[in-house]
Amino acid sequence: MTKEQVEQVKNNPKYQKLVTERSKFAWTLSIIMLVMYYAFIMVIAFDPSLFGTKIGDGVMTVGIPVGIAIIFISFILAGIYVKRANGEFDQLTKEVREELGDIA
Amino acid sequence: MKKLLLIVLPLLLSVAAVASGTIEGEIEKQPLNVSAIIMFLLFVSGTLGITYWAAKRTKTAKDFYTAGGGITGLQNGMAIAGDYMSAASFLGISGLVYLAGYDGLIYSIGFLVGWPVILFLISERLRNLGKYTFADVAAYRLKQAPIRTLAAFGSIATVILYLIAQMVGAGKLIQLLFGLPYELAVVLVGALMILYVTFGGMLATTWVQIIKAILLLSGATFMAFAVLSHFGFSIEAMFEAAVKVHPKHEAIMAPGGLVSDPISAISLGIALMFGTAGLPHILMRFFTVADAKEARKSVFYATGFIGYFYILTFIIGFGAIIMVLNNPEYLDLAKQAISGGSPILGGKNMAAIHLSHAVGGNFFLGFISAVAFATILAVVSGLTLAGASAISHDLYANVFNKHGEVDEAKEMKVSKIATVVLGIVTIFLGIAFEQQNIAFVVGLAFAIAASANFPVLFLSMFWSKLTTRGAVIGGSLGLATAILLVILGPIVWVQIFGNETAIFPYKYPALFSVTVAFVGIWFFSITDNSDTAKAEREAFEAQDIRSQTGIGAEGASEH
Repeated sequence: MTKEQVEQVKNNPKYQKLVTERSKFAWTLSIIMLVMYYAFIMVIAFDPSLFGTKIGDGVMTVGIPVGIAIIFISFILAGIYVKRANGEFDQLTKEVREELGDIA
Repeated sequence: MKKLLLIVLPLLLSVAAVASGTIEGEIEKQPLNVSAIIMFLLFVSGTLGITYWAAKRTKTAKDFYTAGGGITGLQNGMAIAGDYMSAASFLGISGLVYLAGYDGLIYSIGFLVGWPVILFLISERLRNLGKYTFADVAAYRLKQAPIRTLAAFGSIATVILYLIAQMVGAGKLIQLLFGLPYELAVVLVGALMILYVTFGGMLATTWVQIIKAILLLSGATFMAFAVLSHFGFSIEAMFEAAVKVHPKHEAIMAPGGLVSDPISAISLGIALMFGTAGLPHILMRFFTVADAKEARKSVFYATGFIGYFYILTFIIGFGAIIMVLNNPEYLDLAKQAISGGSPILGGKNMAAIHLSHAVGGNFFLGFISAVAFATILAVVSGLTLAGASAISHDLYANVFNKHGEVDEAKEMKVSKIATVVLGIVTIFLGIAFEQQNIAFVVGLAFAIAASANFPVLFLSMFWSKLTTRGAVIGGSLGLATAILLVILGPIVWVQIFGNETAIFPYKYPALFSVTVAFVGIWFFSITDNSDTAKAEREAFEAQDIRSQTGIGAEGASEH
């Protein structure tokens, strides 16, 4: 790819939209994952008894639904990303490539 | 090829049959497990059949390394899960839950949370930039020889350490489950993995992993279902029963002593999360699909399968507390006489195996044992292929052979030779390490992946100012720090070398070694004012466009 072609792609408004929106979306979801996981780890490191707090009259503790929820949320966030990326972002990519013609 | 398989298949069958006759009367081994051996032989003949089919379709280097790039997202997701759910995580995590309850879940979550992040940030860029190995991406706009040498070194180190752990685990497990001698088990695993990879390449490896994932998930689902149905599908009732019989009682419902201080907790988290994103055999799987869309789907499915699997192992661990603990059938009387308590035969990692017997009798025990063996085979095949690719594609084709065109047929030949050599080396290492404490080995593999492979790969895709000098020096510093801190840490320095106290107090070095790698790469890149550095920075934009849009990316092969 020549310098001129690089400039041409960079100046394409749809390319700019694709890059900005996808980065924002991907980083937001990544930060949610990181915050969620490290919050979990921090509770275990600093206040493990919090997860030992009982729910209801039985033996069930707070930690178990929280742990299982992290597994479910990981899967759900992955699904949310794939749905938008394989739909909206791939459509946008296709349009960018069509507009660029020769380069793509 | 056809002839060789025809010779080898009956040979393997007869080796197993002969060996099975020689083990009677040994104390530590289980009695001969006929149903397990029959089911395992079914798996082996099936997968060798697939290898034969795959061999006919493996003609070019692209076929060999990436199955022609024609694997679908769902298939690849299953194969990733099959690659990642090792026997160690099946038996180890259910064993940890059996022993300590909640702590097992902490490990499971750590192994899972890297996946969504790989999906959001890495998978599609990797697919758009790479061809066969992750070094293709890391070296995309940097100098080929030094970057590929570093990446190959990181890959081979990770692969060999991981292989040692798998081999030693395999030998002991098979000794216990099938009553076969340790050495024979190691040779058998090594020979089969050489066959799958040299003849069937990535296509055979992928299908071995898919079949294994299906078998493991169905077996584990059946066990969890049996446990839950025992309690009328009341989770609460299951936990109550477990708390009642477990010697730690209510402590199993909360975090215990697994992660004792904040530094270890964070460091373990970093190792698990970034290590996953730096495992060469996992990264290689992204090149087997047609495009970024399929790459994303792969990770989505893989996350689902792996997450589901960890929930199952949690239920299986609790099921074992109820049905295996205190069950005289599984009690190790010899050990109990010495140390008291209620130790189970074969140690805590056998909890899931005993549970399979408790819920499904001898037949199901045989099935789960065969699945455990198949699991090891699938994982070692993926590892070997990744190691061989680093040798043939990175070192041979791009470092040693940088002058002139690379002959594809020759590169493939090199990678097949590399597979055989790696297989033989692994067999010897597996036998040499039989009596060694290998607890540090997987941790070290993850630490190297997180500290050498991941930072270079990540920054090559995201940071425009990265230069060859920065990547090589920083990546090497990360690698050296990881190895050094593991040696000076509590497991090697105290438990293996027998010193009083560890020089480096933490079990997991990743927090420090990953930081060293990132700071090193940053510092030696920004201070690099050479002309090549300038050209490398300028090349970032074109690389970024390809990584964002897939313009110019490798497609699937036409046939």
